[in-house]
Amino acid sequence: METKRIGKQTVRLREPVVIRAAASTVGPKEAEGPLRKYFDETVEDIFYGETTWEKAESHFVEKNMRLAVQKADLLMEDMDYILCGDLLNQCSGSIFGTRQFKRPFFGLFGACSTMGEAMSLGAMLIDGGFAKYVLAGASSHFCSAEKQFRAPLGLGTQRPPTASWTVTGDGAVVLGKGGYGPVITEITTGKTVDMGITDANNMGAAMAPAAADLILAHFLDTGRSCADYDAIVSGDLGWYGRDLVVELLEKEGCHLDERYTDCGIQIFNQRLQDTHAGGSGCACSAVTFCGYYYKMLMERKIRRMLFLPTGALMSQTSAQQGESIPGIAHGLVIECPPKEEK
Amino acid sequence: MDTSQESKKQYEKMVETVSPNSPILKNCLRAFFSGGAICAFGEGLYLYYSTFSFAEKEVSLLVSITLIAISAVLTAFGIYPKLGKHCGAGTIVPITGFANSVASPAIEFKKEGMILGMGAKMFLVAGPVIVYGTLSSVLVGIVYYFLGR
Repeated sequence: METKRIGKQTVRLREPVVIRAAASTVGPKEAEGPLRKYFDETVEDIFYGETTWEKAESHFVEKNMRLAVQKADLLMEDMDYILCGDLLNQCSGSIFGTRQFKRPFFGLFGACSTMGEAMSLGAMLIDGGFAKYVLAGASSHFCSAEKQFRAPLGLGTQRPPTASWTVTGDGAVVLGKGGYGPVITEITTGKTVDMGITDANNMGAAMAPAAADLILAHFLDTGRSCADYDAIVSGDLGWYGRDLVVELLEKEGCHLDERYTDCGIQIFNQRLQDTHAGGSGCACSAVTFCGYYYKMLMERKIRRMLFLPTGALMSQTSAQQGESIPGIAHGLVIECPPKEEK
Repeated sequence: MDTSQESKKQYEKMVETVSPNSPILKNCLRAFFSGGAICAFGEGLYLYYSTFSFAEKEVSLLVSITLIAISAVLTAFGIYPKLGKHCGAGTIVPITGFANSVASPAIEFKKEGMILGMGAKMFLVAGPVIVYGTLSSVLVGIVYYFLGR
């Protein structure tokens, strides 16, 4: 049997899967950040015209997914599968955001790594011949996430320096065969890695070992190193999580230079926007990729990148019962569009 | 990734080195002055209410009611969390913090209905304080009964 597996965790797609379009819709705080000009839509109203934050999140999902399909010059009926997820219990943000699409749907949970999970599975579905077009995305909302995981918004507490700020928004891509766009060539699927971190206010530290583990596995499977990439971008480790990844890999004899960055670092201005460790949430990597990196790839300013959204796999119950916070990362190699096809 | 106990310990040390700590001295000073200011304000209220013909107990009650009302209103307008960010324990410890901890979940969970939402979740933060506050007052009462008289 022909195998597409290269190494223990990586697969190489038989034919590269094209990212036909990417769309990003963000909330007001993200619109004030350094990436504002790269986002498709910025919404001033945190409620997005709805009555609750959960409904607002679903509104982000619905609007942005429609936008992604529209940007790909396709119709919702053309989508063979929708793959998406969010942070809310039972993935309700995605379910209520996509229910009116009436397309085959897989709800995913990978915490903040969901965008990587959705793109990985979508690309595999297409390469396996099970779909022509897949709509993949992820969303989060600052207020709904705070409500579910932390404290009521009105509570007057202090955030520690290692706390991160959940990104409000939705990022979505249309994956397909053929056509013009950046291509997914390889997928490295992450393992659950738990280094015993229990501090829910230091998610970067909880996820960093999973990111380091994934980068190491990817290099091992493909025989490449940091020098083979224009950018290695993790999901939402933030400033301190990034430092930990660099340090962890240094110990393993693998050097990462300034080409390695994190979406949580890029999306906010740490000092001016008072976001402490940086951005987090499913939307952090999703909108940063769909907004910024997609355009960089299209303009061929980045030729090959390793995109690895990261997630902290915890629930409120597991945290209250004293469980540590396992992390995960899902890696994709994404290359700029082949020149001749334009 | 090596996830043995040994490397977990090493990693914990690494995290401690990389992660910045909360600025304890700054936080303490802010808490001291803001908490002190709230208490001074309460004392001012006490003096003011004392000019009316209230009994001493009633004056104390009025001071508490006024501080709670101000705190609830500031919470409703989203001002209290901004104060809390800077003042920390200064705005949490006085009675205003207690009011904030009841008002904020009440507002947050109103969307889930008056009974299962607001009613049930209102004491999400303050609940443990009430439970263990009552319990410890009973214990202190027992000790006082046998030893203190």
